[in-house]
Amino acid sequence: MHHDVLIVGAGHGGAQAAITLRQRGYAGSIAIVGAEPEPPYERPPLSKDYLSGAKPFERILIRPAAFWEGRGITVLPGRRVVAVDPAAHAVTTADGAVLGYGQLIWAAGGEARRLACAGGDLAGVHTVRTRADADRMRLELPAVEQVVVIGGGYVGLEAAAVLRAAGKRVVLLEQADRVLSRVAGTALSRFYEGEHRAQGVDIRLGARVEAILGDGRQATGVRLGDGTLIPAQMVVVGIGITPAVEPLLAAGAEGGDGVAVDAFCRTSLPDIRAIGDCAQHANAYAGGQRIRLESVQNANDMAITVAKALTGAAEPYHAVPWFWSNQYDLKLQTVGLSAGHDTAVLRGAPAARSFSIVYFRAGRVVALDCVNAIRDYTQGRALVEGGARCDPAVVADITVPLKDLAAAA
Amino acid sequence: MPIITVVSRDGTGRAVEMDAGMTLMEGLRDHGFDELLAMCGGCCSCATCHVYVEPASVATGEEEDLLALSAHRRDTSRLSCQITLTPDHDGLRVEIPPED
Repeated sequence: MHHDVLIVGAGHGGAQAAITLRQRGYAGSIAIVGAEPEPPYERPPLSKDYLSGAKPFERILIRPAAFWEGRGITVLPGRRVVAVDPAAHAVTTADGAVLGYGQLIWAAGGEARRLACAGGDLAGVHTVRTRADADRMRLELPAVEQVVVIGGGYVGLEAAAVLRAAGKRVVLLEQADRVLSRVAGTALSRFYEGEHRAQGVDIRLGARVEAILGDGRQATGVRLGDGTLIPAQMVVVGIGITPAVEPLLAAGAEGGDGVAVDAFCRTSLPDIRAIGDCAQHANAYAGGQRIRLESVQNANDMAITVAKALTGAAEPYHAVPWFWSNQYDLKLQTVGLSAGHDTAVLRGAPAARSFSIVYFRAGRVVALDCVNAIRDYTQGRALVEGGARCDPAVVADITVPLKDLAAAA
Repeated sequence: MPIITVVSRDGTGRAVEMDAGMTLMEGLRDHGFDELLAMCGGCCSCATCHVYVEPASVATGEEEDLLALSAHRRDTSRLSCQITLTPDHDGLRVEIPPED
C-alpha cells in the first residue's frame, strides 16, 4: 500500500501533522501508522485525569474516531514500524506489511525507560506512557495499599499526587539530591518536595534502587542500595523515555539521542522528516544547542512546521517552549528552557503557593516556572521570546507586572 | 441539548447540537471543528482554544490572564475549555478567532 504522506506515530505530533495538512488543503493520501491499538489520544492525562478516573478515554481522544475517516486520513493502529528503506520509500511493520510513502513523517515518540535492575519485569511494576499502562495500573489499584514511585520527574510526581488522592500510601524515590533536577531550578524542586511531603508522600532523595523484590511473579517491594526494604504492591517507574528511532538510525539517519533534524524537521535521509519527542534539533531557546524536547507544545509546533513545509509554505521551527504540570491544586506553567541558567530569581513567596522563578543566562531571561501564577506566565513569555535583559531586583518585585519589564526591555 | 452556531475561520457557519456536561472545547472538537489546537487538553494551561462567544460571558480570573496570550482578544473572548455546556447555552454563537 502506498500513501503520499505516511506518518509513523499516532501521538500528538502525528495527529497534528495530519490535521494541519488537511487544513492547509493537502489533497494527497495520508496515513497514520501507530504501534498502539487506539486512535490518537492525549498523553498528558495518563498521569493525571485519566489515571484518577476523572476523565474517561473518549474525552482524551485527540479527535473522535470518526473524524479521521471523514478527513480522508487512514489510521492504521496496532502496527509498529520496524524498518525503513529510504531508497525504496517504504517502511515495514512488525507484522511484515510493507507501506510505501512519498513523504515520511516520523513521529514515533519514545518508549518509557524500564528499570535495568533485578525484578524490573515483575507484575505490578508499571511505566506511565500508554493508555494500556494506565489501564493496568487502574485495574490493580483497588488491591494496592502502598506504592513506590521511582523517579521524581513530572510523570512520577503527577502519579504520586493522583495516588495520594486515591488514598494510597506513596513512597517516592529519586536518585538525585532533589526532584525535577533535570528540568527545573533548586527552588522549584524544594517547593514540590515540601508540597508532596505535606500531602503525605514519603520522598527519599539520593535513593539508589538495587532491586524490585517479588514472590516470583508479583512485585512485593523495593530494595535500596543501602539495604533498606520498602514494601509495595505496586511500583511506578517514571525515569524518562528512550526515543523510538532505531529503524531510522539503522537506515542511516544521523542521530544518537533521537534523530537529528534541521530547522524544517528534515532528517539526513531524503523525504523523511521527524518531529516531537524523538527529534533532536538546534533550539534557539537552548542557545542553539541540539536538544530533544518532550512536550505537547514541541510535538504540535513541529507538526505544523512540517505540514507547512509540505504545502509550500516552509518556515523554520522557532516556537517558544512551554509546558505544564498539574499536581494537587498546583498549576505549574513553564515557558522557555531553564537548563544552563546562571541566575534564578524568586518572584513571590512559595509559602503563599503562588510564585514564579525567573531564570537568567548571561543577563537575559531564558525561562520562567510559574506556580499558580498564570499572569506571570503569560506576561513572562515576552521576556523569554525577546531574551530580555532585566534587573533581577526588579524582577523579584511582585508589585511590578512583568509586562512592564517586557515593554521596557 | 443546546444547539450552538459555530462560525469557522473561513466565515462559514454551522449549527450543531452539543452534549450538555461537555465543555465547549470538546463539543467543537467532536463536531469536526479542527481549527482549535487546544494543546493542553482543556486544563486551562494555555490559550489555544480561544473563541468568541455571543452572548458574551465572564471569563474566570485564570482564563482572563491566559487570554492575554492572544493577539486577537475581544470583549467576547473565552477559553472554550472553561465553558461547561448546559441547556441554557442553546442559541450560543461561537466564532473561531484568527490564528495567533
